Amino acid sequence: MTQIIRSSPVLAFIALQISFIFFASTLTCTSGSEDSCYTITGRVKIPPSNVIGHTEKFSNVKVLLNGGHKITFLRPDGYFTFHKVPAGTHLIEVSAMGYFFSPVRVDVSARHRGKVQATLTETRRSLTEMVLEPLREEQYYEIREPFNVMNIVKSPMGLMVGFMVVVVFLMPKLMENIDPEEMKQAQEEMRRQGVPSLTSLLPGAGASR
Amino acid sequence: MAIRVFLLLPVFLSSAIVSFSLYEDQAGLADWHQRYIGKVKHAVFHTQKTGRKRVIVSTEENVVASLDLRHGEIFWRHVLGTKDAIDGVGIALGKYVITLSSEGSTLRAWNLPDGQMVWETALHSAHHSKSLLSVPINLKVDKDYPITVFGGGYLHAVSALDGEVLWEKDFTAEGFEVQRVLQPLGSTVIYVLGFVNLSEAVVYQIDSKSGEVLAQKSMAFPGGFSGEISSVSSDKVVVLDSTKSILVTIGFLDGDISFQKTPISDLVEDSGNAEILSPLLSNMLAVKVNKRTVFVKVGGEGKLEVVDSLSDETAMSDSLAVADDQEAFASVHHEGSKIHLMVKLVNELDNVLLRETIEMDQHRGRVHKVFMNNYIRTDRSNGFRALIVMEDHSLLLLQQGAIVWSREEGLASVTDVTTAELPVEKDGVSVAKVEHTLFEWLKGHVLKLKGSLLLASPEDVVAIQELRVKSSGKNKLTRDHNGFRKLILALTRGGKLFALHTGDGRIVWSMLLKSQACERPNGISLYQWQVPHHHAMDKNPSVLVVGRCGSDSSAPGVLSFVDVYTGKEITSSDIGHSVVQVLPLPFTDSTEQRLHLIADTVGHVHLYPKTSEALSIFQREFQNIYWYTVEADDGIIRGHVMKSSCSGETADEYCFTTRELWTVVFPSESEKIISTLTRKSNEVVHTQAKVNTDQDLLYKYVSKNLLFVATVSPKGAGEIGSVTPEESSLVVYLIDTITGRILHRLSHQGCQGPVHAVFSENWVVYHYFNLRAHKYEVTVVEIYDQSRAENKNVWKLILGKHNLTAPITSYSRPEVFTKSQSYFFAQSVKTIAVTSTAKGITSKQLLIGTIGDQILALDKRFVDPRRTLNPSQAEKEEGIIPLTDSLPIIPQSYVTHSHRVEGLRGIVTAPSKLESTTHVFAYGVDLFYTRLAPSKTYDSLTDDFSYALLLITIVVLVAAIYITWALSEKKELSEKWR
Repeated sequence: MTQIIRSSPVLAFIALQISFIFFASTLTCTSGSEDSCYTITGRVKIPPSNVIGHTEKFSNVKVLLNGGHKITFLRPDGYFTFHKVPAGTHLIEVSAMGYFFSPVRVDVSARHRGKVQATLTETRRSLTEMVLEPLREEQYYEIREPFNVMNIVKSPMGLMVGFMVVVVFLMPKLMENIDPEEMKQAQEEMRRQGVPSLTSLLPGAGASR
Repeated sequence: MAIRVFLLLPVFLSSAIVSFSLYEDQAGLADWHQRYIGKVKHAVFHTQKTGRKRVIVSTEENVVASLDLRHGEIFWRHVLGTKDAIDGVGIALGKYVITLSSEGSTLRAWNLPDGQMVWETALHSAHHSKSLLSVPINLKVDKDYPITVFGGGYLHAVSALDGEVLWEKDFTAEGFEVQRVLQPLGSTVIYVLGFVNLSEAVVYQIDSKSGEVLAQKSMAFPGGFSGEISSVSSDKVVVLDSTKSILVTIGFLDGDISFQKTPISDLVEDSGNAEILSPLLSNMLAVKVNKRTVFVKVGGEGKLEVVDSLSDETAMSDSLAVADDQEAFASVHHEGSKIHLMVKLVNELDNVLLRETIEMDQHRGRVHKVFMNNYIRTDRSNGFRALIVMEDHSLLLLQQGAIVWSREEGLASVTDVTTAELPVEKDGVSVAKVEHTLFEWLKGHVLKLKGSLLLASPEDVVAIQELRVKSSGKNKLTRDHNGFRKLILALTRGGKLFALHTGDGRIVWSMLLKSQACERPNGISLYQWQVPHHHAMDKNPSVLVVGRCGSDSSAPGVLSFVDVYTGKEITSSDIGHSVVQVLPLPFTDSTEQRLHLIADTVGHVHLYPKTSEALSIFQREFQNIYWYTVEADDGIIRGHVMKSSCSGETADEYCFTTRELWTVVFPSESEKIISTLTRKSNEVVHTQAKVNTDQDLLYKYVSKNLLFVATVSPKGAGEIGSVTPEESSLVVYLIDTITGRILHRLSHQGCQGPVHAVFSENWVVYHYFNLRAHKYEVTVVEIYDQSRAENKNVWKLILGKHNLTAPITSYSRPEVFTKSQSYFFAQSVKTIAVTSTAKGITSKQLLIGTIGDQILALDKRFVDPRRTLNPSQAEKEEGIIPLTDSLPIIPQSYVTHSHRVEGLRGIVTAPSKLESTTHVFAYGVDLFYTRLAPSKTYDSLTDDFSYALLLITIVVLVAAIYITWALSEKKELSEKWR
């Protein structure tokens, strides 16, 4: 997993794999407390990508233990270490702009001299191979849909234009289909009323009948 | 009323659309983001001939940053953890920035150009102690001199290249505290001077390669040291003895120790206690005696003599080599509204290399720190620049008699925020000059159209952005119709009040809090003092700033009343009593000044403003004033009521005594208070009723007197991982603060804090950690009034047989019931807030400040206890979302989009005049502001509304009408001919 995956940038981005390789070592933790202290070491690996600002993104990755109780940063090779962690169950979170990482449940065993077991809490997948894949890449902006005739048509203006077109071109057709006698009747009525109204124009409105 | 509610509610529920989202070209239109670093503690210049000139700083907000020396911009910065305070910073090998943090137990190296962390080393430390970082000034890059670090009883030598610990020495057994580490240039021997129990001076000579102790000398000093120390040369330090009246020169040449005592009274006549100032000057030290700064020269045999003395208000820098054997230092002192910067040679204090006078803003206060740097001018003479830190935490670079740049770093430590209106535009309707000509107007809209159709070239996009910013007129200093332009008033820890414009975040005015009683009052909180709207319209609105002289809660308070429009202080007063709690009362006097009660530590409350009118208003409502106090350490919540005027004890008629009304005591062995919260007092609730899908009606229990309390078992109060699920439980309460009655209690087994909660209308949403699932959880509790549930019958309403108009009293036992539901949430949370709008009609969004310092907008519909796995058709129509076990994190609904609000501490929301829109202001080390429309802007056209498209459509329609008219004429004619 430590090898850099060679692939096209796009593929690399999709197949972005961040691996955590955990191992722990006992430190002769001479702090005042009796707790034996351990070290959690992991690795966040982001394959090379051509996206601008990639390295900047990388240097702004933070790794947080237990909700920000301890914060550490990545080394150039992607490794990070938490020192002086007591035995118990901990939570590691990775904060990286543009990526969503699942929090990791980390069990540091007191019996097995700091053996570390890691589980993704979001997918409940145990990291037997000590590999964590990011759940997804995050896009903070809506992506504008490219220019599309359908979008114009669907917009309120487009609908207005469409309605006008329908009125202009289809209404005469409809009028043609109307029985001439009925038409005449309607026209007469219109003349009588003086004001043309939509209901009287429509066939089957039948107000006059 | 209720009927209108029926009509409105579904409309707005259904209008709630998928939350906030933004196109990339809209970023920065309604929002702004400002990056800060905090008050600078250490600064190291890096000004090589080639490359960019920069200064590396570490700050009180635990930030390490690299700043551009020319413009003051941030090249890079890192915000360390809140407990990871930086003790020292240095540059090693000319390419790494070394920081020592966490009391000398963490050493990190950062790459100088880009800020990438290079290595990190954890060092042993046995106890809390002063820590010391010594980075050798390396002239030869190829030779790797070790970095020496002392902290917690251990001395370490660390390789600067890879952070490897070369050797360590355990001094914990002896109780040896290292004071100075000296590495003579070119030598492999380092001298370590320290004290054992502040009564014995010990010098170790250690081989810097192996860590072997070559020699050790110790000498007891009978009087004992005070711990204040100043090193004056490579083999001499000067310390102060425990009585603070004798200066002791300790020479440790070649590992021998010699003491030489000089009483301060020999140097300065009728002197009191002395204090050694921090600047390191070569062969000289600065001592503060009798409020004067005295320069004491250290002679060859440790003889001390006074060479100069300056007035008290002088800040000095460390000395710096300017020529082969000459050292200079900078000093800054005030004179009226000017500051004088002087650079003098250490050896000849009369020889002033540089004297500059700079006009300084009075509201920056005094100079706190000076860091000096020199450069070689083209004519080979020395030029100097000085970085100064002011009392208000701002950072300025002075060069050639002018302020080259300044940074308002006070804004990195905001403690309280409120908003204020801008003045009304005076000259009638003077609409902003929108567009000059029709052609330009059209051109602009064509550009916009191109932008929205994705036909714009990059240049066009820039032009569109500019146009939008210009045309919106969002930066004007007057009130606008929609209430989008406002002032954000931010009070900082340094006691400075800033007014920021919502349009672009610029500082409209700023004011430093002053006090007669003490030098530097801290800012605590801000209150709306006077908001004229009905009468007293001619008055300017004002705010009340509450400050305190000192960090202790019993320290005397300072009040300041500030005019919002001008930023001028109207009055200020040293109130002479302490400030524990400030209670804004719901009463105002005839000039619309709000009545405030200030509770002090001795159990009295004081009424402000101190006018007889306020007193008479207060006397009328004397019986109806209640408040509560939370004693989190003892697990007690107390309710108080007014008792009488404390005329027996003091003559002050605005002082009152109080009586305890009720107490809620939590068992200390099983519950510890970790969070308390009430509703915002100015929150507007549109309706008390809530309609269910089956046309059933629920009445919200909307009370301003509800207190949310969260407790955990004492074991679970620590961090995650320190407790097993069986040992910890979380209990939340809803308590009525008038009667002390517990309305609701909910217990979560196997859960622990920290609890972050938000309380609005009749619901509480809180975030905590579930140890069993090892995930964060969010729970919503909604509280409803049962006693009004009978008022459903329309006939009852018509015949008036309802109890809707019956007065509500907290003394009657409310019949309430609650609904709650829990969900998982995938991130740690720093703070939660909720949007607030003018009338409270718009649906609400939760604003969750995540651990990654982003702010997520989450629709309240996601935390609705009515969610079920399979909602019925009616429920779906109403907008109820099918139940999922975790809350969604939609990247597009991060309101901070691609920004991080580093060190996020709080989120403040304020309504605008437009019902759909709310102001959101987030503060931490950074500041971020944006406008949100939780249900989209249903009451106004959006910014990207395309007028051009509308115009084109109309033109096309008109054209079509004419064409068809002509066609039909023609057809008619031809038909008539037939």
